[in-house]
Amino acid sequence: MNLDFSDDQKQLQDQIRRFLSEKCTPAVVRSGLEGGEPFARDLYRGLAEMGVLGVAIPEAYGGVGLSHLELCLAAEELGRALAPVPVASSIYLAAEFLLQAGSEAQKKAWLPRLASGEAVGTFAFVEGQGRMTPDKVAAAVRDGRLSGAKSPVADGDIADLAIVAARSGAGRGEQAISLFLVELNGPGVTRETLASIDPTRSQARLAFEGAPAERLGGEGEGWAIASQVMDRAAILMAFEQVGGADRALSMARDYALDRMAFGRQIGSFQAIKHMLADMYVSATLARSNGYYGAWALASGSSELPVAAATARVSATQAFQHCAKNNIQVHGGMGFTWAFDCHLFYRRSNALALALGSLSTWEDMLITRLQGANTQAA
Amino acid sequence: MDFDDTPEEAAFRAEARAWIQANAPTHLEAELKRAGFASSGIESEDPMAASKAWQKKKAEAGWACLNWPKEYGGGARSPIERVIWGQEEGVYGSLSSPFIIGHGMCGPTVMAWASEDHKRRLLPPLASGEEIWCQLFSEPAGGSDLAGLRTSAVKADDGSGDWIINGQKIWTSGAQHSQWGLLITRTNPDAPKHKGLTMFFLSMSTPGVEVRPIKQANGQSGFNEVYFTDVRIPDDQRLGAVGQGWEVSLTTLMNERLSIGSGMSTGFPELFEFCLEAEVDGRPAVDDSAVRSRLAQFAVKQSGLKYTGMRAITALSKGETPGPENSIGKLVAGATMQELAMFALDLQGQAGVVQDESSPMNARFQQILMRSPATRIEGGSDEILRNIIGERVLGLPGDIRVDKDVPFRDIPTSGRK
Repeated sequence: MNLDFSDDQKQLQDQIRRFLSEKCTPAVVRSGLEGGEPFARDLYRGLAEMGVLGVAIPEAYGGVGLSHLELCLAAEELGRALAPVPVASSIYLAAEFLLQAGSEAQKKAWLPRLASGEAVGTFAFVEGQGRMTPDKVAAAVRDGRLSGAKSPVADGDIADLAIVAARSGAGRGEQAISLFLVELNGPGVTRETLASIDPTRSQARLAFEGAPAERLGGEGEGWAIASQVMDRAAILMAFEQVGGADRALSMARDYALDRMAFGRQIGSFQAIKHMLADMYVSATLARSNGYYGAWALASGSSELPVAAATARVSATQAFQHCAKNNIQVHGGMGFTWAFDCHLFYRRSNALALALGSLSTWEDMLITRLQGANTQAA
Repeated sequence: MDFDDTPEEAAFRAEARAWIQANAPTHLEAELKRAGFASSGIESEDPMAASKAWQKKKAEAGWACLNWPKEYGGGARSPIERVIWGQEEGVYGSLSSPFIIGHGMCGPTVMAWASEDHKRRLLPPLASGEEIWCQLFSEPAGGSDLAGLRTSAVKADDGSGDWIINGQKIWTSGAQHSQWGLLITRTNPDAPKHKGLTMFFLSMSTPGVEVRPIKQANGQSGFNEVYFTDVRIPDDQRLGAVGQGWEVSLTTLMNERLSIGSGMSTGFPELFEFCLEAEVDGRPAVDDSAVRSRLAQFAVKQSGLKYTGMRAITALSKGETPGPENSIGKLVAGATMQELAMFALDLQGQAGVVQDESSPMNARFQQILMRSPATRIEGGSDEILRNIIGERVLGLPGDIRVDKDVPFRDIPTSGRK
């Protein structure tokens, strides 16, 4: 039994944490909030130079060639630091799509650029309100040209490459959907930055009018590939959420030790102490479920879909729980612009929706447990 | 990362499995598997006799109290081997329930504090199940506030050095089956409350000890009241110094929380199975979106506890001490099983009120509903556990104690404000 990361992996995590605590200062995180760009390019370059972006990308494609376990720990640190960088879009999603479904030429063309941070990728999937289903995909590709619109697309305004889910071919339902690589700096693409609950990360609307599109993976296989890649990304994002939850909890703990009221530290009041204990419980359950996900991701287990949904649901709840109660522990100061509490609150609620909402993942978890149950029987 | 045994662990597992297959009371397997929640399940023979027989067999072959030293009746095995044994013992492990308090709490306290002679006399029959122990701690006036206990121990005035005990204990599991008890008393009511306590052990057949079962809210009687009327205990049955009882009790309580919290089920697998079969509006319950959401919530708690446990086992496997994350076990499991039972009854509609053989899954959810309030209180209430997480794990300050430096006899109580 070894449900833990290795000493080497933990050492790498420490390095990343030290780097981020030095470079990812509150001013850097707040840039997007204060009207600047919600993308810390220097920080992103630094992460690329450390090998963080390419840590799980094979050396043949310009990566470091370690495993997804290292990427999980990097994700935890990015979440802890609220790093305003497009790692989720470009690495957990775009690079993962290329690794899982790309042709050799596509991998060679894009993975080195994503690993070096020279290019940023994203996944353009959602079209409007509600849970995404194949029927909601209106974007379509004909004769290698994409038309339609995607919104919101995380990092859509800064990305160079999008993997776009669009209709093509004669299939129905899920089989009507294929994936396409679209260069966002090319012709036929209009982008518009959207206001969002978390301006430390950008969201955009992408409109396509005959944009050149190159298929990624087989025709009609887009939905299945996307589902597989989003599971993998969900585990990585769960680690970001676990890192964020951990930091929100420690902020609240520190404040409860520091703040005096009624002649005593507020952390000595059971109302506060028990709130913090419950935050610790959520964060611990989420971390343990995350480890299960990390194991499934790194080992290629058939349990990966169950593990991904489990890690995702648990981590979403933990980060939301810790971030909202962090504000509560801080009292009125927690609701000021100057304190960082709202940054965690914003990020926790934005991440809760990225890759699909909590209720969507709850539903998927039960579907998958039913499947596992049928297989066992 | 993997869930595999090391070669040494695999060898131990194979050895344990082979012995269990050859020696376990397989004629009881079906009954044990069918067992309801909070009941032994054995009806074909005397359940206590069945428990004692299996424990004796294990002890003779060196499989009892695996992590205890051999000279005290244990197996001198590592903590990880004890965990593996538990996994392999499986359903037969529930036969050990009469011995849990003794093995998990009284034994470690005796081992830490008793004289060598006493350890050699008391521990082997405790390990082998020949003698059962109970823990005489809680009182009507001292539960979560254990140090508020009032049972008195006074030196006999005959110069014998003996102690005379008077008072009452409550919530004593298994006192009616026990040969021995671990007893905490107040020896100095003039000292602040934590400083005037002293620990003893005594034979439960000592004159003046009276055990009365408590009829619980769920109709069962697992707990007792124990009354002490001029009970005489020799001074050599004292554990630790006079006035050191609080420190001695911490040995017991640390072990209590570890042994109660580990490997607790939330009842989720049963709930999931039920939701596959039960119907809501003519469709399987599991197809209902509200049901799915609740199920997912329970699933991630169950899973989070499972993998938190595996992280602890990982630490043991590396020869390390498990981290503080283990302290969440009982807190999460207790509250979850209660919510889960209420949810299962809700799905049964108005018929959920019925608790008989017609109730789904042998009335398991009704049983959990009626037993789970105790889980949230026994062995450290939810509130005490949150204090422990807050103070020992997160490093928050303790509550301000108005009774801290006050002589015990001057502390206000419910009857004396």
